[in-house]
Amino acid sequence: MTNTILFELGLEELPARFIDDAEKQLAENTKTWLEEQRIPYQSIKSYSTPRRLAVQIFGVESKQPDIEEEAKGPAKKIALTDSGEWSKAAAGFTKGQGKSVEDIYFKEIKGVEYVHITKYIKGKDTSVLLQSFKDVFLGLNFPKNMRWGDFNLRYVRPIRWITAFYGDEVIPLEIENVQSSNETYGHRFLGTHTTLKHADSYEEALKQQNVIADKNERKEKILSQLKRMEAEKGWKVLADDSLLNEVTHLVEYPTVFSGSFSEEFLEIPEEVLITSMKEHQRYFPVQSTDGKLLPCFIAVRNGGEAYLDTVSKGNEKVLKARLADAQFFYHEDQKGSIEQKLQKLNRMVYQVELGTLADKVDRIKTISEHLCDDLEAKVNKAKAIRAAEISKFDLVTHMVDEFSELQGVMGEKYAKLFGEDTEVAQAVREHYMPRQSNGELPESEIGSVVSVADKLDTIIGSIAIGKLPTGSQDPYGLRRQALGILQILKSRNWNVSVEALINNVIEMYIERKLPTVSKEQLVRDTQDFFISRANFLLKDEGIAPDVVKAVLSRGIQQFTLTLSKAELLSVKRNDPEFKRVHEALGRVLNLAEKADNTSVNTELFENESERNLFEAYSKVHNRFVEEYKEGRLEAAIEQLAEMAEPIHSFFDQTMVMAEDEAVRTNRLALLRNIADDTFLFADLNEVEWKQQY
Amino acid sequence: MNIQEMILTLQKHWSDQGCLLMQAYDTEKGAGTMSPMTLLRSLGPEPWNVAYVEPSRRPADGRYGKNPNRLYQHHQFQVIMKPSPDNIQELYLDSLKALGIDPDQHDIRFVEDNWENPTLGAAGLGWEVWLDGMEITQFTYFQQIGGLEARPVSAEITYGLERLASYIQDKENVFDLEWTNGVTVGDIFAQPEYEHSVYTFEASNDEMLFDLFTTYEAEAKQIMEKGLVFPAYDYVLKCSHTFNLLDAKGVISVTERTGYISRVRNLARSIAKTYVEERERLGFPMLQEGESRHD
Repeated sequence: MTNTILFELGLEELPARFIDDAEKQLAENTKTWLEEQRIPYQSIKSYSTPRRLAVQIFGVESKQPDIEEEAKGPAKKIALTDSGEWSKAAAGFTKGQGKSVEDIYFKEIKGVEYVHITKYIKGKDTSVLLQSFKDVFLGLNFPKNMRWGDFNLRYVRPIRWITAFYGDEVIPLEIENVQSSNETYGHRFLGTHTTLKHADSYEEALKQQNVIADKNERKEKILSQLKRMEAEKGWKVLADDSLLNEVTHLVEYPTVFSGSFSEEFLEIPEEVLITSMKEHQRYFPVQSTDGKLLPCFIAVRNGGEAYLDTVSKGNEKVLKARLADAQFFYHEDQKGSIEQKLQKLNRMVYQVELGTLADKVDRIKTISEHLCDDLEAKVNKAKAIRAAEISKFDLVTHMVDEFSELQGVMGEKYAKLFGEDTEVAQAVREHYMPRQSNGELPESEIGSVVSVADKLDTIIGSIAIGKLPTGSQDPYGLRRQALGILQILKSRNWNVSVEALINNVIEMYIERKLPTVSKEQLVRDTQDFFISRANFLLKDEGIAPDVVKAVLSRGIQQFTLTLSKAELLSVKRNDPEFKRVHEALGRVLNLAEKADNTSVNTELFENESERNLFEAYSKVHNRFVEEYKEGRLEAAIEQLAEMAEPIHSFFDQTMVMAEDEAVRTNRLALLRNIADDTFLFADLNEVEWKQQY
Repeated sequence: MNIQEMILTLQKHWSDQGCLLMQAYDTEKGAGTMSPMTLLRSLGPEPWNVAYVEPSRRPADGRYGKNPNRLYQHHQFQVIMKPSPDNIQELYLDSLKALGIDPDQHDIRFVEDNWENPTLGAAGLGWEVWLDGMEITQFTYFQQIGGLEARPVSAEITYGLERLASYIQDKENVFDLEWTNGVTVGDIFAQPEYEHSVYTFEASNDEMLFDLFTTYEAEAKQIMEKGLVFPAYDYVLKCSHTFNLLDAKGVISVTERTGYISRVRNLARSIAKTYVEERERLGFPMLQEGESRHD
């Protein structure tokens, strides 16, 4: 006979942002637990609201199945005495297994016979095994745990009740001072505690108490009410999924209502209005069907229709106070000039060791300048420098002080109001991009320049003062920023070497006498940090790990070129015709390590194959370098390929490690020249050639 | 309901729950949490239940009495229950009912908000309580105070009285709130708000304030070495307020700022430690028999 299990943990309000993951873990851990306990079942359903996490298991068998298990004992020659009696070892083994020597049979393992017995293990009752089910809940991982009262347990929020049923029986268990019972609790205000009769009646009983325990059902209910309101009022609701999820986790019984605010607030930039509504109040902003923001909002109440007017009025009042503040800030911020605001950056600390924000801005400016020089005519340098200069001025505005997520966004708006060039203003906004992993990149060239400059300074400054991210600790988001730099280099197709960029910034740090770990360590740590990001990004692009290693063996260099090389090698490693080329160059790379110089003396050649190889190299070298520099990688690698046959004949006919030191050195020098060209491309020996030729 | 009645109602409510009714502490401070009735008493194993009104000074928020929402000094109603009782949320909701806020007619939520005060080495987990979208209360389970783990855990409930009153009385301007019938917040506080703002931003004597900070700090250290926790803590509060005055006026340079904060933090930490040691030396007199003690 099968039955249903119900387990509900009642909690004080869970942080909304934890709930999705907690419910997912709960379902997974339940499945693992059932498998470990060998309890057959049909299906699992999980639930979550701000005040509860619950799971139902359907079709649970009343006991574990009986099983047969074979146990291996001592070897036959130990199990039997010389006279053919059972030894003490055999007797001891069977006794330990709860069997007797009569049950013994022999089985051969790798030519040796061993004692075996078969045990029949009777399945335990599910009801007995259920005692440990609370561990499934206690094993959930939350980003933050707490203590309460005088208890030892650390958990996400205080535990207030446990409802645990196996069919119609309460499973007796306790966590700290809370004992399981047949009671659960309804909606805080629209319900009361209620007695369950059976595990199956859980969802329905809670509905009676105005709790919708299934989060998807709550979300659907919110969505359908939003849609109805859209249709009724002719609105378009800006319902993004993350806000919808958050709101779903803030209520047990959702009722959607609308409110409005005075049209005079529409003079405030839309981003500010939307942030006020969404981030601070968890309201959905509303547009007209033609996409204009309306002075209205939609919110979700944790309750029913009663007194909805009061609730709406209260919310309107709160929003009005917030918007009045925002409006005041908007007007205040437009007083004075950008230059005056920049002055204030002198008083804002960036990092104690690295000075004020004004100091940082000055560094961003210098780095931007260098970058423009590297990029030559591609960028309007004057505009880029102006954008760098004013990149952080909005940090002293009231608006950004209040809505920090609008940094840059307000910068662009205010810069325009203060009469700055449109492109410069745009770059002020764009230099924060990408704002999250894989977020949008700057659209403009100068926005990209300032973005790269700002991020380089942040990363190298942090590493200089010993704040390299470790493990999961990356409070300043340095990994994301390094990734952002590489993504920008890639999307812009900029012809600059990452190592050169890094070195320039480090030189500036040294010149300005900023506190830093030793220069050598700073260079090494920064390069390693970027290589690990490049590694990540290349793998993310679908490049195999061996190819990634091969192309990063000499640093990142020009990232776009490195990426193209990786893509080319990914093709070549499947190309049977490339086999001989790879073998040839690979042998060169191995031996060339022994070389200590690159000067070749043709007088010292002793055979034709040497001369041929040198000739081939001389013919190919300049062309290779030229093609490589122009980024024509196919052509470059073809040049290298031309040396393949001469290399093979060289190795067939020439003893590289000759007795005569001069001859030997000369041969190694020749190989070293070829290796240098090859390494410029990649460390081909890292590539695992996929094809079996 | 005027503010005076609100205070009386809350006092009655929490007194009925076994809280001691204390009065505002007589040293300037930025929040009810900083009263020794909370900050020190929430340390150590002894049970402690208390409620009081705390006038809280935030010099940087002074607006010459011109801003409808911001004040140099506002009032908090502060409740501490240690250890936190199982029904603390229900007790809190009952207090709202006592104030005439019927939860059935409103939307009341507990929205995650974790509190941290690095200056005091203090941190807690909890919520801000929303009433129809407005934050009316900070609800915190202390986890750490003065760098020490809080055990047992205290529940702290801090009502923003003016905020709550503006909802109950349906007023948009804090100065229009009725303190008692016929007397408004403006009648009582408009002049001090104006004068304190002038003092904070214009008239204060920076040099004297810098000197005072150093003097108070030295005094705090001096008395702490003698194990006199409460007087030492008073001087920490004075340091903190003096710092707030200087900071609001903008005369502390960026590099100095962090230094000042860490000086206050160090004092707070060593006082927390000394407080627990002194209570232990006295045998934790408020610990009832049979109650446990965690190390």
